[in-house]
Order: sequence, then C-alpha cells, then structure tokens
Amino acid sequence: MNTVTPSQYLPESSSDTTRMTRHFRAEKFDFWSFFFSGLTGLATLFILGILATILLNIIVNGWNGLSWHFVSTIPKKDFFDIHTTGVLPMIVGTAFRVIVMTIFVIPVGVITAIYLTEYAANTSVITRIIRAAVNNLAGVPSIVFGLFGLGFFINFVGKNMDKLLHNASAVWGQPALIWASLTLAVMTLPVVIVATEESLKAIPPGLREASLALGATKLETILKIVLPQALPGIMTGGILAVSRAAGEVAPILFTGVAYYMASLPSHLSDQFMDLGYHVFVLSTQSPNIEQTRPILYATVLVLLMLTFALNIVAILIRARVRKKLRALQ
Amino acid sequence: MGIHRGHKARPGEWLAEKFIFLVSLSAILMVLLIFLFVAREALPVFFGETNTALVQKPIPPDEMDKHSPAELQAYLELTPDQFKKMDKATLRDLMNVKVEAQNDIPEDFRNDPDARINTTEWKYLFHAHKWNGYANPEHIWQPVGQIKKFNIIPLFVGTLKVTLIGLLFAVPLAVGAAIYVSQLARPRVREIVKPAIEMLSGIPSVVVGVFALLVMATVLQSLFHYETRLNAFVAGIALGFAVIPVIFSIAEDALTSVPRAYTQAALALGSSRWQTAWQIVLPAALPGVFAAAVLGFGRAIGETMIVLMVCSASVMSWSIFDSARSITTTIAAEMAEAVAGGPHYQILFMLGALLFAATFISNMLGDFVIHRFKSKMEGKR
Repeated sequence: MNTVTPSQYLPESSSDTTRMTRHFRAEKFDFWSFFFSGLTGLATLFILGILATILLNIIVNGWNGLSWHFVSTIPKKDFFDIHTTGVLPMIVGTAFRVIVMTIFVIPVGVITAIYLTEYAANTSVITRIIRAAVNNLAGVPSIVFGLFGLGFFINFVGKNMDKLLHNASAVWGQPALIWASLTLAVMTLPVVIVATEESLKAIPPGLREASLALGATKLETILKIVLPQALPGIMTGGILAVSRAAGEVAPILFTGVAYYMASLPSHLSDQFMDLGYHVFVLSTQSPNIEQTRPILYATVLVLLMLTFALNIVAILIRARVRKKLRALQ
Repeated sequence: MGIHRGHKARPGEWLAEKFIFLVSLSAILMVLLIFLFVAREALPVFFGETNTALVQKPIPPDEMDKHSPAELQAYLELTPDQFKKMDKATLRDLMNVKVEAQNDIPEDFRNDPDARINTTEWKYLFHAHKWNGYANPEHIWQPVGQIKKFNIIPLFVGTLKVTLIGLLFAVPLAVGAAIYVSQLARPRVREIVKPAIEMLSGIPSVVVGVFALLVMATVLQSLFHYETRLNAFVAGIALGFAVIPVIFSIAEDALTSVPRAYTQAALALGSSRWQTAWQIVLPAALPGVFAAAVLGFGRAIGETMIVLMVCSASVMSWSIFDSARSITTTIAAEMAEAVAGGPHYQILFMLGALLFAATFISNMLGDFVIHRFKSKMEGKR
C-alpha cells in the first residue's frame, strides 16, 4: 500500500469513485469519519434488526398454530378456543373487500395516470392541483377515511339510495362490504396512480412517436402501444394497493367490518369479518390472553403471509420496471 | 406529445380525451368530499347548535313559534334529518315530553351547577373547568356518564406525546440509515438494504401493534423499570417502527438527488467519504430531509391501530410513562358507542376534521419543500 501507481487513481467508470476513496481512507485514517460512518451503519442494522425480530417472532410463534383446519374452518361465536376456531370467514371477507376495491380503484387510478403523463402539460395549474390532491390523499390518516366512509358512503349515498329504492328501509344505509371497499378504493387511489405513472414514464417516447408517425391517433397509441407496455407497472400498483388495503383496519371499523358473523358474506350489502380486525379483537378483547396467544399469532401469520407475498411480487415487478427506466435515462 | 389534431375531425377521440380528463379530477373531488362530509357531521358543534345541558329552561309548547327551527331542534336533541321528518303535532308532543322530563330531574341533581352547562361550548372544549367535586380546574375527556365532559386538550397532549416520542426515535435512525444507504454503502449492499427497509412499511399496523403489545412492552419495561406496562413510551416507539420506512424513503431520495458533481468535488479535494456525506451532501439535501420528517409527522399523528392496541386511557399527563389516548384512538374506540347524530358523535367527527386539517397542512408543507428542493437540484445537475 506504500507505493501508489497513478493508474490506480484513474477512474475507469463513475462507479469507481468508491474504490478510489477507500484507497484514500486506508492512507489517512480519520477516527471521526470511521466513528460516524459506523453509527449510520449501526442505525441501518438496527432497523433491519427490528424487521427481522418482528418477522421471526411471528413466524416462530405462529407456525405451530397454522394448519389446514385453521384456515378452512368457520368458527363458532366463541372464537377464542384453539381447537374449534378458524379464520376462513376472515380470509374470505378480506379477499372479498379487496377484490371489490380493485374493481373500482384500478380503472380510476390508471386513467388519472394516463391523463397526467400522456395528456396534461406538466406546468398547467390543473395538473399541479391534481398532483397536490393525489399527494394529499396519500397522507390522509386512515381513520379519517373511516369517518369519510361513514359520513359520505353510508349516511349520504346509502341512506339516499334507500330512500329511492327501498322505501327508506335500511339496506344500503348501514355498514356494508361495498362501502368498506369503496372507502379503501379512495384510500389506495394514490398508490395506483403513482405506480402507473412510473411505468408509463418508463416507456420510450420513440415508441409513441413511431405509432403516431404511422398514422395511429393518440388514443389508439395509448390503448394499443402504451398500455400493454405499462401492464407490469399497473399490476405493481394494483398489488401494492391490495397489500396496503388488506392490512388496514381503521378505515373499515365503521364502514363494514363485523365482530362475528355465522356465515360468509354473499352480498355487497352484507357485513363481513376481516383478518386485521380479527387480530385486533383477539389481542384486545380476549378473556384469557395466555390461551388466545397461539390463535392470535397464527392469525397474524396468515395476515402477514398474505400481505408479504403480495408485497414481494410487487417489489420484484417494480425492480424490473425501474431497471428499464434507468436504462432509458 | 406535441401532436394536436382538430377535434372536429375525430369526435370519438375528443370525447375520450374529455372523459380521461374528467376521471383524473376524481382525486381532487375525493379530497374535497372527505373534508366536506367529515366536517358536515360536526357542523352543529362548530355553530354552537348542540346543547348537552341536562337542566334547561323549559320552553312551553305554546311558545313554539317564537323560536327558530334550529333552536328547537337543538332543544329537542334531534338530528336535522329527524327534525325535518316531524310535523308540528309530533314536535308539540315531544316538547311536552321534554317539559315533563325536566320536571322529573331529581332535586339534588338540579342543584348541581354542572348540569346546567352545555359542555360542547368552545370554552369547555379547550379550557380547564372546575367540575363539581373536583378541587381544581381540570381538563377532562369523559364522554360517557351523566355529565359528558368533552375537553379535547388531554387528547391533544396524548397525540403530541406519542407522536414526538415516535419521531425522536424514528428520525435519527431513518436519516442515519438513509445517509448510510445513499452515501456510504456499496451498491450491492444498497440493493438489498433498501427494499428490506421498504418491506417494513408493508407490515400492517395491527401486526406492529401485536408485536408491541406482547413483546416490546415486556422488554422495554424490564429495561427501564417503569410502573405501567402499557404506556405512551411503548406506543411511541412502536409508532416509530411504522414511520421509519416513510422517513427513510423520502430522505434517501433527497440525498441521492444531490448532484454527483458535489460529491466528486469534495472527494477530489481530499475529504473522506463521511466528511463529504456530512458536510456537503447532507446540508445540500437538508430541505428534503426536513420534508421527510414533516411527512413522517403527518403519518405518525394519523396512525390509529398501534396506539389503540398499546395504550388507551385518557389521562391528562405529560409523563411519557403514563398512558395516553391520541385523537385517532379516541375516534376508533368511541365511534361505535356514540349515538349517531348526538353530541359525542359530532365531536368525534370534529376531531376527525381537525386531524384532516393537521395532516393536510403538514402534507402541503412537506410537498412544497420537496418540490422546491427537487427543482433546485435538477437545475444544478
């Protein structure tokens, strides 16, 4: 390390800067630099440690409680008993509300993203307001979405539907699967918009120009050239929205979730049981915490597997989209 | 796409374009609707039309016409919808019932000065009041019972306590990790660490809540030896877990967007990797890091389930080892038992509107700062 040839200083590419500096540091050891770099590294490790601890804790404690019987049984009213309990209605309820949500959020989110990337001028006032609104929607607390669902969907839309269709008997003007799904659709709208926009931007402008030059209209170009290319990104957005919505409890508290239901939900105006809410019920309302613990952990594990499987798929697709985007720049 | 065509030649295209534009306005519409419909349910409290006083000066049914509909509605404790549906005869009956109910109030209760108070007045919502049976003026949130006390200061204090603990824990960790990942780590490490931290945000908040409730509470108690097992401190740290990924991603993004020329110049002048990160990159990215903290704050005050599961008693105390009840928790826990359209219900919606306003402002501020920072950085690139 004592003799340094000039060739070692010559960067071959920009990523070589790292190697260069490590060389300098080896010559002039600076304690404080080492100390503080170490601190930031420790902070990173600590965060990863938290993540690992949470995951391991839940996997280790929940694994034993997991069985085919557990995920395929409709429990009795008293679901705190480990031998007879199950989470089938919760899985079905969560899946049901998330699927209905997707039907609403994907078209609206994708069309908004198309407007923002393909049509709107980036500097126009209306574009900036739309962007600000999307960002804001992403930051609204989930409990406020719950209040909104109650105040708007149930008390306003639902009650008025009842007045018009059912002679004011309560069919829609009460908590129901459809209102919970719509509330979640409003909440996850920004997720879909941002992911779709990202994937639309990753499509080379040349593709669009070629299509336009061959005489296709703008709409044809978008429908036949741009959207098929953007499909992975749209899927990512959808999956991320689903995984976010699947774990949320606060927005559905007042809009559709039920503490217990003897049968599976079969209609959009039914209430439903939900995995996340069930976790909350098990951990706070249990008569005997020690006995409930295995059920609680197993339920958490089911919820976590559901959201994580979705998340990992989304992350993988997104990584591919981002790589494409970087290659373009 | 700089190609424009006359819309008259292609009406279908023109229609589709208008349709796309209209749909894209839905995000704006939703933000407006959220505010409108959350605030709508709270309007009577804002306008002082709600009255919770138990002992009221009875209005004789014969003087019904002298009072405005709004006054009558508040007097009879009806929601606007119920009030509209009733005809005059029904209202008259109700007023008779009300007068009788007033006469039935027990004597000792009638002498209680608190029973004459409308607890939804601004004065009682914010200021301490010396309630009957208390030695000093106190801030009390006690929405059930005969005299409902709606002082929202304990909830503010609870929210602030939990949020600040969460941020004090999360900001240094997340910013430290962001510096490490964006400036010091090797590319290969970065590609593993970044998605891993983002995965933390994929953990549902009920799951973090369960972890805090069952594991963290015990561990922290054995470390710090405080009395109550579940308190604001545990909730704050758990909240920090939920906020770390938010702050990390935004701060990391800001640090990465500092032009490479800055770093290369500093390194060429002989400064170490750390000196460059600390003295050149971080100051340049400071607005972005600040915005990350602000957006993290918005996320933290809005988080519901973690705080709901970990601590819930509404005590007025600044000690971090006491329990605390945040605004979100209060709404989530009490909405089910609040009578629809009643004073408690209205006040919960008012809290929701306040929460919305607070996050709206912090989001706007955060986005504004990031926007300016980004355009500045892009100009220098």
